[in-house]
Amino acid sequence: MTDTRVAARTGTAPRIGESARRPDGAPKTSGSFAFSSDLWHDRMLWGGTLRSPHPSARIRSIQIGAAVAVTGVHAVLLHDDVPGQKEFGLEHRDQPVLAGDIVRYEGEPVAIVAADHPEAVRMALEAIVVDYEVLAPAVDPMTVEEVEPIHPDGNLIRRIHLRHGDQDVVGDVQVEGTYEVAMQDQAFLGPESGMAVPADDGSIDLYVATQWLHSDRDQVADCLGLEPGSVRLTLAGVGGAFGAREDLSLHVHLCMLAQHTDRPVKMVYSREESFHGHVHRHPAQMWYRHHATSDGTLVRVEARLVLDGGAYASSSSAVIANATCFAAGPYRVPSADIDGAVVRTNNPPCGAMRGFGAVQTCYAHEAQMDKLAEALGMNPIELRLHNALEPGDELLTGQTITGTAPVAEVIRSCAEHPSAAAIALDPMELPGGAGRTAGPEDVVRGEAFALGFKNLLFSEGFDDSSEAACRLEGGVATITSACAEVGQGFVTVAQQITREVLGVEEVVMAPATTATVGSAGSTSASRQTWMSGGAVKEACEKVRVQLLERVAAQQGADVSDLVLVDGRIVSLAGGLDIDLAEATAEPVEADVVFRHAQTWPLDDDGQGNAHVSFAFSAHRAIVDVDTGLGLVKVVELTTSQDVGRILNPMQVVGQLEGGAAQGVGLAVMEEVLVVDGRIRNASFTDYLVPTALDMPPVEIAALIEQAEPGAPFGAKGIGEPPSISSTAAVAAAIRVATGLDLPRVPVRPTDIVFPEGEA
Amino acid sequence: MTSLFEVVSTESSVDTPIRRITVTVNGKQHTLDVEPRLLLAHLIRQGLELTGTHTGCDTTSCGACTVLIDGVPVKSCTMLAVQADGHDVTTVEGLASASELDPIQEGFRDEHGLQCGFCTPGMMLTAKALLDENPNPTEDEVRWALSGNLCRCTGYQNIVKSVLLAAEGLRAKDDVEEDEAS
Repeated sequence: MTDTRVAARTGTAPRIGESARRPDGAPKTSGSFAFSSDLWHDRMLWGGTLRSPHPSARIRSIQIGAAVAVTGVHAVLLHDDVPGQKEFGLEHRDQPVLAGDIVRYEGEPVAIVAADHPEAVRMALEAIVVDYEVLAPAVDPMTVEEVEPIHPDGNLIRRIHLRHGDQDVVGDVQVEGTYEVAMQDQAFLGPESGMAVPADDGSIDLYVATQWLHSDRDQVADCLGLEPGSVRLTLAGVGGAFGAREDLSLHVHLCMLAQHTDRPVKMVYSREESFHGHVHRHPAQMWYRHHATSDGTLVRVEARLVLDGGAYASSSSAVIANATCFAAGPYRVPSADIDGAVVRTNNPPCGAMRGFGAVQTCYAHEAQMDKLAEALGMNPIELRLHNALEPGDELLTGQTITGTAPVAEVIRSCAEHPSAAAIALDPMELPGGAGRTAGPEDVVRGEAFALGFKNLLFSEGFDDSSEAACRLEGGVATITSACAEVGQGFVTVAQQITREVLGVEEVVMAPATTATVGSAGSTSASRQTWMSGGAVKEACEKVRVQLLERVAAQQGADVSDLVLVDGRIVSLAGGLDIDLAEATAEPVEADVVFRHAQTWPLDDDGQGNAHVSFAFSAHRAIVDVDTGLGLVKVVELTTSQDVGRILNPMQVVGQLEGGAAQGVGLAVMEEVLVVDGRIRNASFTDYLVPTALDMPPVEIAALIEQAEPGAPFGAKGIGEPPSISSTAAVAAAIRVATGLDLPRVPVRPTDIVFPEGEA
Repeated sequence: MTSLFEVVSTESSVDTPIRRITVTVNGKQHTLDVEPRLLLAHLIRQGLELTGTHTGCDTTSCGACTVLIDGVPVKSCTMLAVQADGHDVTTVEGLASASELDPIQEGFRDEHGLQCGFCTPGMMLTAKALLDENPNPTEDEVRWALSGNLCRCTGYQNIVKSVLLAAEGLRAKDDVEEDEAS
């Protein structure tokens, strides 16, 4: 509970609700902040990975003699050298650390090398001879369930057939559509890198950029055949994550090489290798049929969703659960039949990416809502408002929304926000910029709106927790948490929470490591402000209670009369004013494990109270389109979001702007091109992400504040929603501008110039 | 064994071609023997241990490795170290003085112009080149100048604000210096 009693505050260090600066802002701007790629050890070796050039093949033999003979090479290791469990995986341990007799995707690690020099590593990797029997890859997710299994676990990773309400309902008006979302890359800027350092006692330290230290630790320990306590992971500087660092990449490889050579080993992926070295956003193929009454009330939604999980499961099970549970969007839908399947193919493995599962279906359900509005002759905003979820409504899963759900407020504030978008007069601002060929008279403008939502935190009964410790000594608070700071600003918020609860100015964030504290859970699912923020808050509150009780006993004061403010302990009745630094010469400490409200698994019909909380967002997009060349310029993007409570306005806005940029990317340019199982554009010259010229200013129409029960200070997670409705809004605006169906994102120039069947 | 990524000493094996170069990095002159194939980014990061210059893509696309060569922004991942012979190189470590951050660094810190921070050094150096040439840029001019540097976290808006704030800070600083001079 927050202390709400009043005591005059004079301190200036920003607390809850203020735009505190990042504590890592100074080192990150001075260049002194050490990213995982900056690690160095005088005795270190360099590591490298040999990857399969084939999406599907049997390994007949591997000859390493020539590689071992390369000057400077210290180790060449294969599948049989994995000391413990041969497979790892976030939800299912189904992915080999190094391929055994089968490779299942292009880029699958086959061998690893350590040498005293990157060039020796490269030469050794080239000298390894692998005899492959190349097989025909299974790459079509729509038919892969019918072909021979490519993995002992089968080609279906998970199917959820959700059935809700009366299955015989038929609407007066029906609209149908088929939609497709391509594979997106997280494209964080700092490629995978890390360093493993062996210790004399057989234990090992791994310094790595990750989203979840303890999950990595447990998987690494199992693969090394060590006790978890013998593997210590410490967070190295993270150059962005967005879901791509939730799975292991080079972790076990580094540790194996370090153990084998008894030397520190460093590894840094190139950008090309990074495209093969992490999971991507699932491509999706979706069929929908919406039923409504003639007054625009949704009565039933049917959908078939097929997500391509690629060769290994990663977090596919959670992704298909999100896609299925949120398939119809934040609307009241009394009857539904949603069949969601995520399948295994010989395509690159897919897993977590910002908004996972909900991004794909949002694009489809919002296209359907626009289609329905047209069929009904109804304003698309009015249709959404008419069906918008409210607290107390049931979701498709039968779960009742018990927390906040300001859906109508989100819709209205975004839709009614005045637009500042002028008609472009400067030719450089038209689609194509300097390369344009169209004059202003050939450019068409479109405006459209989209609404999205998603669960916050982990769902389906997962035992989710975050541990944090607070130590208050000499007036300085030290917070210990294994929460992975990946750029989102947890370190800032943790300091603000600590200042708020303890009235201190100086808050030190101890290094995030598995060596000193239990798991903080994953930096994903918009969960860390709530979970680790909640843990920090409770730890600080415990320290406050202990301290005030101690001081009350020492001073013979009434504990309920004492408050902490500005580094002092004062009695509200007056008479007592003690310097906090003196009062905490002897430290006060507390350690807590924070848990969210319990959730339950989905039953056979996809029904159940599977989720903790939900967040809603809307985007309105205005685009200009050169229909001759198919070029799109996103002119303006306006958003409203349900945020619970704002802990740091500047950071909230930063998340909304950055998340929207990734949504714009998926709408108009971002696609991992996969042909016959092979990635054709594994570089930033060929995989395009938005630049400062592609991104319009994001107008924040409203941040809707309604305190969420159970969340620290009522703050919801805010990281994912900006990436959910932005793609759908931009695609819809292009539809309005061109009159085309555009059933696929990203919308490519050819989709506009040569629309299939619409020529 | 000396890493080829490091400065190669003259005692290296005879078949390794070596070129002697003189570069000034952040005001300090270095005479170095390097392999002709050594990339400038690797010389800076491993040879001179200035790890504030990051490599994000290896293909001149992302700009995380941007440094200034004689004041002009250059992506150091595709420039050879020998091409810097006789030139002035500024890295992020050269922006701040011993006691205080440069107004550009203050701008990025104060306007939340960074999240993960990987692109930040390159962004700031590109911004510095812009502001040296154009102390009072419009928002559009800032976006054009930064369009060769990728950021995946911020959506660029706060970066643009950071540069505009830095421009203000630099103009104020120049005014003070002019007042003091007169």
